[in-house]
Amino acid sequence: MNVALPQRKPETQPAPARPVAPPGEAAPAKVVRLTIDGRTVEAHEGETVLDAARRAGRDVPTLCYHPAVGRIGSCRVCVVEIEGARNLPASCVTPVADGMVVRTNTPAVREARRTVVELLLAAHPHDCLKCERNGRCELQDLAMRLGIRTARFHREKEHRERDASSPALVREPDKCVLCGRCVKVCNEVQAVGVLGFAYRGTRSCVTPMFEHGLAESKCVSCGQCAKVCPVGAISEKEEWERVLDAIADPDLHVVVQVAPAVRAAIGEEFGIPAGTAVTGKLATALHRLGFDAVFDTQFGADLTIMEEGHELLERIKSRGKLPLITSCSPGWVRFCETFFPDFLGNLSSCKSPQQMMGAVIKTYYAKKAGVAPERIFSVSVMPCTAKKYEAARPEVNASGVRDVDVALTTRELARMIKAAGIDLAGLPDGEFDPPLGISTGAGTIFGATGGVMEAALRTVSEIAAKKPSGKAGAGKLEFAEVRGLEGIREATLDLGGQEVRIAVASGLGNAARLLQRIRDGKASYHFVEIMACPGGCVEGGGQPRSCDPEIAAKRAAALYAEDRRMKARKSHENLAVRRLYEEFLGKPGSEVAHRLLHTTYQSVEEVASAAGVRKEAM
Amino acid sequence: MSAAQTKERRARLEVAPKPGEAGKGTCKCQGKLADDRYGILDEIIAKHKDTPGSLIPVLHEAQQLFGCLPEDVQSRIAKGLGLPESEVYGVATFYSLFSLRPKGKWTVNVCLGTACYVRGAAACLEALKKELGVDIGGTSRDGLFTLQAVRCLGACALAPVVMIGETVFARVKPEDIPRILADYAATHSSEVAAS
Repeated sequence: MNVALPQRKPETQPAPARPVAPPGEAAPAKVVRLTIDGRTVEAHEGETVLDAARRAGRDVPTLCYHPAVGRIGSCRVCVVEIEGARNLPASCVTPVADGMVVRTNTPAVREARRTVVELLLAAHPHDCLKCERNGRCELQDLAMRLGIRTARFHREKEHRERDASSPALVREPDKCVLCGRCVKVCNEVQAVGVLGFAYRGTRSCVTPMFEHGLAESKCVSCGQCAKVCPVGAISEKEEWERVLDAIADPDLHVVVQVAPAVRAAIGEEFGIPAGTAVTGKLATALHRLGFDAVFDTQFGADLTIMEEGHELLERIKSRGKLPLITSCSPGWVRFCETFFPDFLGNLSSCKSPQQMMGAVIKTYYAKKAGVAPERIFSVSVMPCTAKKYEAARPEVNASGVRDVDVALTTRELARMIKAAGIDLAGLPDGEFDPPLGISTGAGTIFGATGGVMEAALRTVSEIAAKKPSGKAGAGKLEFAEVRGLEGIREATLDLGGQEVRIAVASGLGNAARLLQRIRDGKASYHFVEIMACPGGCVEGGGQPRSCDPEIAAKRAAALYAEDRRMKARKSHENLAVRRLYEEFLGKPGSEVAHRLLHTTYQSVEEVASAAGVRKEAM
Repeated sequence: MSAAQTKERRARLEVAPKPGEAGKGTCKCQGKLADDRYGILDEIIAKHKDTPGSLIPVLHEAQQLFGCLPEDVQSRIAKGLGLPESEVYGVATFYSLFSLRPKGKWTVNVCLGTACYVRGAAACLEALKKELGVDIGGTSRDGLFTLQAVRCLGACALAPVVMIGETVFARVKPEDIPRILADYAATHSSEVAAS
């Protein structure tokens, strides 16, 4: 029986989160034939035995390997037998070769895998019942799959303190299995370089420099480490019980907003296939949880486009600082403040959609609903861990109190829905509440890399071309050139006779590369979109964890499909946003808009020296 | 590890303080240095900057300069060489040659090799910990002694063995420890730490 090679899709190959690209990207790779468990399998030279085996339907178990992180080769769970090899090679780092004979499920292989996992369990706390990952833990799954029923080994591990210093993330080093995923994602994919291995032998651990808490480190809270951690060693700071308390408090008016990327992924937590948007079910679930008003962050996204589009045209017209760089992604904003402070003047002064929503909820909506801002408890549900950090920044308090009281991750909302005994999959479709639940397709696509750019282009191109706004279908709608999953994409567009150069980057490592090219004068743009997470918010640090290599593409496709279903697909056609301007803000860029919807940034170095703290920057 | 290697390693571990600093005991650099050593460090970094794999030599020279590798020194090296801080810290903690904390004037090496161990080295180590008020790797409050555990010193016939500086103490009993430390400090107080 033969397993033929599927057609290679060149556009998906240089995926943003795959730092170790298979060699031979440019030239078509040679095809080799090998035998896996008696079947002849075709593979490209440079692929690994693991890739070939999985394609042939042999699911070799893995622990340190993760498609969004790349090959590590540290855990040895994926060992296989290869004829002629003197030991059992790790299939995730062994390249295929012509004529290779591989066996993935022999007694020797099973024994080796089981011993490896038993040794990992020897130093891992056995307190699964209290662990956030209970039931969704890769180590548990492995122990189950390998049939481990006894604890043969036991090792005392040096206790290391739980670190809850960060507003976004919690580290529990005692649970760490030293697989290296977080280290690789933090250093290579995100270029942040906070997490690393320290010490050696039995004292080895993953830690920020000098075992500082994450809050004292240069962590930008992107949460990619939490998303790829196979166990409960890194996770978001859980706050959903505070939300339950607020809902139960009769004195509080509890309002929720949901980010676009959440609807494209939360279904996965309830057994709905990846790539299914569950917008209507989500709205119903939030109503049933008891929120007083259920709003859509997509309204905030549309509002962001109005302000940021205005800012872009203003900067181009008045020869202001260019490129204008988007500021929707708080992980990226923090990265800029920490590592690229010379670009702070390029950042859009617009608050992110979450914070614009927060500001509008506690001012405009508070007035309309006749509730004092102090009585409003504002909750956001985000695909993101950095949003927790962003909501806690001291400068985001348009009404005098915090714009957003609690930012939950997609995963936390799923836990909250399950805790309430609600089966999301079986819910009827509901609606978001007006006025801040009304949105357009432009807001929807914010959740995918390139989406903010595309949404901005839909509006800006129309304004620049002086087309009468409000007429659906006028102007270009879809900008294929900014879509896709390549880490850096660029294009030149014609906006009303003006040539506009744009770039889109997702993943902070890609952002760093793009900014370095701008610094070196090798590239120049008018408008740049940067998202901290590879693939954009759909792959945010707060999203359901997944080892599916196509997950970003599936979730993005769900958002683009949602966009096509929307009646209005351009932010300036959002009637609720228009009413907000008529009744409250005036026009984009007005004094009121600036006070409520815009913000400022400060380099980490400046903040440190202003506080009189000596801290060597970078 | 042979005795010669151990000696060599130990010699490398003990780094001479700058003239004028000897005898002060604790390193005063703790994150607020305003002396010219940062300038020298920058020169060291500049010298190695373009050589791949230069982190270890830079850390080594920096430790000779500062006596240890405090946080701001490591941050400066990371920035200077364009490396993540996590990597610098990882290397600095991986090799026993590097020390994050200032060393005392003299190093006390307790042999925990097999022969010494069976003849009571563990009890000597406990006595040393108690007397110096530190754990392995720590430096006494007066800045005089850094406690280290080593594998075989190659003097099994004299087990259990404790070495302070270059002096070997044979057949040590736990109750001898306070006297050994006091005598050593008294007779060597005028010397500049061995380099």
